[in-house]
Amino acid sequence: MNRSTYILTAIVVLLFIVSWTLKAVSLSGEVDDNITRGFLITISAFLTLAIFSFLYKDNPFYKFAEHLFVGVSAAFWMCQGFWSTLVGNLFPRLSEGLSNFFMVPYQYSPYNITYWIPVILGLLLLMRLSSKAGWLSRWPLAFIVGTTAGLNFIRYLRSDFVVQVSSTFVPLLGNESHPWTGIGDFFSHLSLSASGQFMMILANWIIFLGVICGLIYFFFSKEHKGVFGFASRIGIWVLMITFGASFGYTVMGRISLLVGRLTFLFRDWLEIIS
Amino acid sequence: MKRLVPLTITFIVGFVLIFSVFLPPAEGLDQTFTLYFDIIAVFAFFLGGGNLMRVHINKLRRQKKDWGFSVVTIAGFLFMLAAGLFKIGNPGDIATAVDTQGSLFKTVFDYVINPLQSTMYSLLAFFVASASYRAFRAKNREATLLLIAAFVILLGRTPFGMMVTGWIPDSFSIFQIPNLAIWIMNSPNLAGQRAIIIGIGLGVISMSLRLILGVERSYLGDDNA
Amino acid sequence: MPNIGVSISLLVIFGGLAWLLIRSISGREVDRRIIFVFIFVAVAAPLLFPITFQEKATSIVRDLFDRIEELPEGSHVLISFDFDPAMAPEVQPMANAISRHCLDKGHRVIFMSLWATGQSLMTTTLTNVILPEFPEKVDGRDYVNIGFKAGNEGVLNVIVSDFKKMFPTNVNGVPLDSMEIFEGIESCADLDFIVALGGGRPGPKEWVLFVGDPADVPIGVGVAAVVAPQLYPYYPQQVIGILGGIKGAAEYESELTHRRERFADMETPGLHMMGPQTLAHLVIMSFIIIGNIAFFRKKRSGSDSR
Repeated sequence: MNRSTYILTAIVVLLFIVSWTLKAVSLSGEVDDNITRGFLITISAFLTLAIFSFLYKDNPFYKFAEHLFVGVSAAFWMCQGFWSTLVGNLFPRLSEGLSNFFMVPYQYSPYNITYWIPVILGLLLLMRLSSKAGWLSRWPLAFIVGTTAGLNFIRYLRSDFVVQVSSTFVPLLGNESHPWTGIGDFFSHLSLSASGQFMMILANWIIFLGVICGLIYFFFSKEHKGVFGFASRIGIWVLMITFGASFGYTVMGRISLLVGRLTFLFRDWLEIIS
Repeated sequence: MKRLVPLTITFIVGFVLIFSVFLPPAEGLDQTFTLYFDIIAVFAFFLGGGNLMRVHINKLRRQKKDWGFSVVTIAGFLFMLAAGLFKIGNPGDIATAVDTQGSLFKTVFDYVINPLQSTMYSLLAFFVASASYRAFRAKNREATLLLIAAFVILLGRTPFGMMVTGWIPDSFSIFQIPNLAIWIMNSPNLAGQRAIIIGIGLGVISMSLRLILGVERSYLGDDNA
Repeated sequence: MPNIGVSISLLVIFGGLAWLLIRSISGREVDRRIIFVFIFVAVAAPLLFPITFQEKATSIVRDLFDRIEELPEGSHVLISFDFDPAMAPEVQPMANAISRHCLDKGHRVIFMSLWATGQSLMTTTLTNVILPEFPEKVDGRDYVNIGFKAGNEGVLNVIVSDFKKMFPTNVNGVPLDSMEIFEGIESCADLDFIVALGGGRPGPKEWVLFVGDPADVPIGVGVAAVVAPQLYPYYPQQVIGILGGIKGAAEYESELTHRRERFADMETPGLHMMGPQTLAHLVIMSFIIIGNIAFFRKKRSGSDSR
């Protein structure tokens, strides 16, 4: 670290203390409680600004916040996993003593001994940290891979293939609730309502042809030329509109997060909005 | 031993889970295997934490570049681990939830993890804006289609869209931007997403089969022993 | 006062955009940090000088609202908090609004999570919304927090046929068997409705694949905007309704404040966020337009010179 970094750090520490003091004074309630809350809100604001500082350029404050996040998050997931699943699901099946210690109801079953299997597999997974016995972690990995493959096979087949394909075969001239009422009504209502027959029919055609053309675009075993190439081209257009819609939604999502952070800074920290 | 055992495990587990759908008596076994899977998932969390510590302790020991920040990671990790495992400041007893309001664990979540994670992702708002200015060009027909769809959605998902096109009569209300946005989402977007979903679905199905039958072995690494 | 503030902010932003246009047309470089300042101002100004808009629920949001509205009192609704702080500004307002709606309708609500972070955010909703606003509701009878379990879709695969095998107790170690709310509930198939809130994996999609379709339970979803378009192929056959991003939350809040008297004056963070959202969208669209004008001008002058 060079001299300017030390000076900047000192200024930030000073600002932190000033902010903490002002925040604690501005809060209503018990003094001790205010000091703690003032500290917590200030640290939260400091970390927010530390991350935002990356927008100017990479700097030690950003790195500090980033490294802190990685460490704290890893421990967070470990603790949640330990208390929710090991204490909640494993210990009550392994031992009555452990269940009593953690104050969770013991679940007796003559097959409880089989719950040593995931314990052993879990411990073998940790062998990955060892350079010599690392290969043993393949066994639990194989269990994880097998479970995921077995679970996904049927579910994707049913929900993402069969149901999606059947939902694509939609009536192309009206449907049961809004049957075709003749050419006279066709263009009279260009709306999303049920009476807007043109839009409904157009939507159904786009869904039917769009899915087929989209799939043709993804089919690379046949050269994309002639009728097949034309369909593939339509497929690209449909996909481009899809990506445009996704882009619009992505912008919306990211802006919402920024609104959330600025709301925190303005309302909870600076108290300039209500 | 190094390959046969894992391949057998994958085959048995995958086979049981698929056939339990068709064979109700095997449903119990299916649930038990899944419960094992859930328990092993926690050990995966431990593995992640352990690996993180290994990397940063090594960095610290060898005093590599920016080793000082590794101290921050290790200290943050140990602090949070202690707060969670010993339930420091938890107002209840040992059975009470680890993140009960008022506990040190929940306090660190609220005032450290929460601002850090949400701010990190909110940075993307700035980068999306920058990319919009620099890279989002109507260079050809496809890019123009993408751009038009994005515009309609961006306008249609805010009240401004209705302010601008609210005057259009009901008979032609499809041309009101919010309605056009809804129509894009329900028709071309749905068609495109469905094509992607069906494609991914087929990929998942075939990959699952390859894994269960032992055709796909890349997850075992390239050790031929 | 807010109007003057809004006017000045708009003047600054659009004046700045005009400057950006001139600079871009003249082919001079614009530092990325200037772009960042625009976005900051576009979001900050409507927060400092609030602009509020009215929202009208679209059919995809209203379908979800109506389903909760039409369920008979005492129905069992499961709400899953499958998100983290990165999605919370969008999804937590939905979670709060739907939780309020369900409890006010007299439904019995089971809260759970497939994300560790979701459990902590659920605690926030319980502490800030449910406990203060519904003091008459009893934990274990009217609602229950069964918390987080590790295992992603593995958790869903168990609860789809046996709830208590995966969740023997609630989050505080109390056995589910001893709770009134779980009378008659053996698996997800016994639930009347599921609301999956999230935006990552596992999330609403996994709920559809692993619970909704196999157990034939109606599912409504509330998702971060980034993944909302991906869920449209499941609507309306596999999901009842979709709340997409903050706009979805705002529409639900609007529906709740208009159709349920008790919530006429409730906090509506989703609706309040629509002001900054609108201005930021306009600024980003302006960036695209300015960038393209500069691009085509450069292209034309390039072909002219040749």
